[in-house]
Amino acid sequence: MNRTLVVVGHGMVAHRLVEAVRSDDVDGTWRIVVLGEESRPAYDRVALTSYVDDWDAERLALPGCTYSGDEHVELRLGDPVVSVDRAAKRVTTASGFTQDYDALVLATGSRPFVPPVPGRDLPGCFVYRTITDLDDIRAAVERATDGRGRAAAAVVGGGLLGLEAAKALRDMGLSPHVVELAPRLMPLQVDEGGGSLLRSLITELDVTVHTGTSTDAVEADRGRLVAKLGNGTELDVDLLVFSAGVRPRDDLARDCGLDVGERGGVLVDATCRTSDPDVFAIGECAALEGRVYGLVAPGYSMAEVAAATLLGTPASFPGADTSTKLKLMGVDVASFGDAHATTDGALEVAFNDAVRGTYQKLVVSDDATTLLGGVLVGDASEYNLLRSLVGNPLPAEPAALLAPAGAGDSAVGVDALPAEAQICSCNAVTKGAIVHAVTDQGCDSVGAIKACTRAGTSCGSCVPMLGKLLDACGVEQSRALCEHFAQSRAELFEIVRATRITTFSELIARHGTGAGCAICKPAVASILATLGNGHVLGGEQVTLQDTNDRFLANLQRNGTYSVVPRVPGGEITPDKLIVIGQVAKDFGLYTKITGGQRIDLFGATVDQLPLIWRRLVDAGFESGHAYGKALRTVKSCVGTTWCRYGQQDSVGLAVELELRYRGLRSPHKLKSAVSGCARECAEARSKDFGIIATEQGWNLYVGGNGGAIPRHADLLVSDVDTETLIRIIDRFLMFYVRTADRLQRTAPWVEELDGGLDHLRAVIVDDSLGICAELEEAMAEHVANYRDEWRGVLEDPEKLARFTSFVNAPGTPDPTISFRTEREQPVPVLLGVPEVVSR
Amino acid sequence: MTAMAEQTWVAVCAAEAVPRASGVAALLDDGTQVAIFRTEDDRFHGLSNVDPFSGAAVLSRGIVGDAGGVPVVASPVYKQRFDLSTGRCLDADTGDTVCVATYPVRVIDGVVHVGSS
Repeated sequence: MNRTLVVVGHGMVAHRLVEAVRSDDVDGTWRIVVLGEESRPAYDRVALTSYVDDWDAERLALPGCTYSGDEHVELRLGDPVVSVDRAAKRVTTASGFTQDYDALVLATGSRPFVPPVPGRDLPGCFVYRTITDLDDIRAAVERATDGRGRAAAAVVGGGLLGLEAAKALRDMGLSPHVVELAPRLMPLQVDEGGGSLLRSLITELDVTVHTGTSTDAVEADRGRLVAKLGNGTELDVDLLVFSAGVRPRDDLARDCGLDVGERGGVLVDATCRTSDPDVFAIGECAALEGRVYGLVAPGYSMAEVAAATLLGTPASFPGADTSTKLKLMGVDVASFGDAHATTDGALEVAFNDAVRGTYQKLVVSDDATTLLGGVLVGDASEYNLLRSLVGNPLPAEPAALLAPAGAGDSAVGVDALPAEAQICSCNAVTKGAIVHAVTDQGCDSVGAIKACTRAGTSCGSCVPMLGKLLDACGVEQSRALCEHFAQSRAELFEIVRATRITTFSELIARHGTGAGCAICKPAVASILATLGNGHVLGGEQVTLQDTNDRFLANLQRNGTYSVVPRVPGGEITPDKLIVIGQVAKDFGLYTKITGGQRIDLFGATVDQLPLIWRRLVDAGFESGHAYGKALRTVKSCVGTTWCRYGQQDSVGLAVELELRYRGLRSPHKLKSAVSGCARECAEARSKDFGIIATEQGWNLYVGGNGGAIPRHADLLVSDVDTETLIRIIDRFLMFYVRTADRLQRTAPWVEELDGGLDHLRAVIVDDSLGICAELEEAMAEHVANYRDEWRGVLEDPEKLARFTSFVNAPGTPDPTISFRTEREQPVPVLLGVPEVVSR
Repeated sequence: MTAMAEQTWVAVCAAEAVPRASGVAALLDDGTQVAIFRTEDDRFHGLSNVDPFSGAAVLSRGIVGDAGGVPVVASPVYKQRFDLSTGRCLDADTGDTVCVATYPVRVIDGVVHVGSS
């Protein structure tokens, strides 16, 4: 028996509902039809502002948002539902499509609230809610910028959303005005003291703040706009963004006669049911027992409740945590619990430190024994701890809960928290549940706690607390590399460096046990290579290498390898391009352009590798280390040489950096890029170290990543000259190589460094540990001793002899390898997988 | 057992051609590929060269080591470990028993022989 669930809207909450129903509806009793208005599937609207960083809408897409491969879910986008016929149980879309339902879920979200200001519909006026809104704003900024200086903009609304919009405009290079009716910024979240500090911090960032004033009219003036404020100020701007809050989209519900809340929103009970038992409403369009929530976490709770109810499991809304923590233009702002001290007799304890630029306020009960809420501006590092204490007895004097300037951790640790304190608010996991997982279920690492309790799996901000809870439970977190070494990779690195051990056998005999494995052998091989112990295939080292390093090529699914010659900076002569093409043709290789501005040649057998490389080396190519945990490429845009907008020679720098760091073995692969201006065409901020040209020099960003967990690199130093830049990259790379875990990219390494980016800056810019000279020396040694690995193989008959498929039939290729033609190129014939097992 | 009597031995290479803690592949006349491994203590082992999870003939190119004292090779494709003595996979999902074929290997006068029946 198949029933049809129709979901109206496809935002974050709707997506969560579909996921929740699909994950628990094991028998597939519901067929789900999702009807969305936007042409894109659900995306991370909370992170909308970050869209400005790279204008890549794909990056905001929520995992699994298209339900491809799930036959129970049908997704129809770009066609909003316009009416609901509750009697016939049928919805109709704008295009006339009709769909019957057994149950209906309204998840239509909010619309931006635009105050009734005359002129608000003029061209140049925008709202801030969707990816399309941001695209429109960007186009307006570009039009206004075209041919004359910087565009001017104003944002109406100084709350959370208004400041987000201001940040987006800042990131587009503008210096916006912010106009707020209330006497302070973020009036809903912060109090007067917090608001005034916030104002001064935001003003420093080139945003002009106008508070306590209305926007009375907008007028067109010679192709621009004039915004007339209630206090008499007139702002000449190119564009105006209304971002003054949202209103629930309840029109569909009103039109079909469902009850709505006093202040709007589809009225629902604690199970998210409307006045019609077959119709539910969730997220920002719902007025749950009369209250509308404009945050995603309560929306997710509603999605879970509605999903459970649809599947016949009793559930009701658990209450919402409206705590907020965000970083606005680099300024931490957080509020939690009863931030405005509305509880009877509540007392406020505030600390205003103008020197440090922090404002912290705690709200406690009238007898000063229970924490009720608080506001943190400028430093929200205690947010997680404090939020989890709300409603619980205070473990110390209020003053002791707030870290005094420079004192590091607060006086109160996790052991002071009661068992019912919520550590992970995203997934509602209490301290008690985590301690239970550690003590009774044998979780002995942060990873194990995550898998067992789901704590720390959403926003991740509580992860440091999970580590502290493990410590508090007396669990020593194992840092052992594998069963053969009790040491971490960083410790082994220091052992090898200090003792000058040059072989794996000696290291495992003296500092480990057993024969080694596929984890420790390549890790030690990498350490030996970084510290300069000859060719990576020399002597015993060959047996330590993973197959890619052993054959200096990348293993592919059919047992063949791919070959990537180095193309520094992505710059290549026509002659060299012809050589690559000719080699590919002669050896029947499939060719593909890589993301790192190189050319990958696929389908080589081990016997062919030396023949291919003989040709490439003779033509002046060298190994590109695509197979190694080593520097891969330094991408570049064309820079000042050709580009009309370039500010520095990005290609020249990229070539210099790639040649400097080529061959450096590291805990994981290293990627880099250089962009010649702020347009960032080389995508440098997705790299381990990325460089962006400025008018004065270079900005260096570190710890970026693409891949499964994308992360934008953080700005480490700005406007430095080339010499300084290279010196700091030298230190950065060597510090990373020495201290990172096995297979830890720079992004998680930076995040897990004790003290984070500030610590990193202290060590490698300010030399707080006094090791910079040593790090630079180590890099100088690497640069001086670099040799092309493939040339090394070709010059050594013993190493060459290992490139055979069969020890008893050299030159005979593996007979199981065969190719067919697809789009005019050879591709592997898929191998039969004999007796086994689905993967 | 009579099977032993019917076993035929093929000489494939010199023992020095198989470095300690590594493997090589040999191609038998019937097209079978055997991965021959030599552990740190100079014992020789033979397994089918075909990795059952990917179908690629690459097991000889895996890293040789031990798991709790048991000599193993880790497939270079998806890294599952196989017991060199029994061919049993130590990392198969969901309790399935996955095995690769084993081949007897002996060294006589410095020459490695593979047995097949």
